[in-house]
Amino acid sequence: MRIAVQFLAGLLFGLGLVVSGMADPAKVLNFLDIAGTWDPSLAFVLAGATGTTFVGYRLVLARRRPLFAPAFQLPTATRIDGRLLAGAAIFGVGWGLAGFCPGPAVTSLALGAPGTLAFVPAMLVGIVAARALAAAPFLQPKTR
Amino acid sequence: MVETAFTPWSSLAGGVLIGLSAVLLMAGVGRIAGISGILARLMPPSAADDGAGRLAFVVGLIAAPATWIALTGATIQQTVVPAGAVAIVAGLLVGFGSVWGSGCTSGHGVCGLARLSPRSMAAVGTFMATAIATVLLVRHVF
Repeated sequence: MRIAVQFLAGLLFGLGLVVSGMADPAKVLNFLDIAGTWDPSLAFVLAGATGTTFVGYRLVLARRRPLFAPAFQLPTATRIDGRLLAGAAIFGVGWGLAGFCPGPAVTSLALGAPGTLAFVPAMLVGIVAARALAAAPFLQPKTR
Repeated sequence: MVETAFTPWSSLAGGVLIGLSAVLLMAGVGRIAGISGILARLMPPSAADDGAGRLAFVVGLIAAPATWIALTGATIQQTVVPAGAVAIVAGLLVGFGSVWGSGCTSGHGVCGLARLSPRSMAAVGTFMATAIATVLLVRHVF
């Protein structure tokens, strides 16, 4: 069941991206192009997704535990630090260059555009590089 | 640059589907629907727990276009797709930045904002600002 639920969640997510038009990098880039061919659609995607999740999370997180796992696993970090902001800034530059973020890029693999087939492996390299750098000894927080 | 049609209703409906996915994942396995996190934990060194479930999520994502085409007979429009060096550089930046900043448009944008997480609000504000600045530079300055 755990695996079926996660497959279904992935399928729903991908369908949402397709239905919303976010599998088309042009729509994403036009959302970001506020000085040019602006297309506000992405704001509606974010509103629909965040609104649904806001309500759904309140119902779900009121339960003692998830249906098929022992406990909810929510992020525990609370500090807004340099790493968070630097990572987000770098992510934004890549997002603005391509109009792809991870979800739409992976979903688009099935559409087989050559650019997608170049973007996704490069993204995976970036992911591995960031994890390796984050694990590097000289970057570990000093213990007092 | 190409004009794209403003699609408030289909975009809102698609957003609701994305939200339902996030709620389903939390209700089922208690996890945030953050695509970059799911991908990162599948890559070496991979997380020991529930790799099959994460892979199933990714397979579901990839199966979505074919499912949509089978259900509706519609085609899926990609007006432009990044190509060549831009695709590679952008991919590297998106992958690196999403892990370094602990999330992307789904983890911070959808799930984090829905949790009213101050970290996610800061991340979304930051990546929206650099993305808008990047498009401004690429399309209107250079």
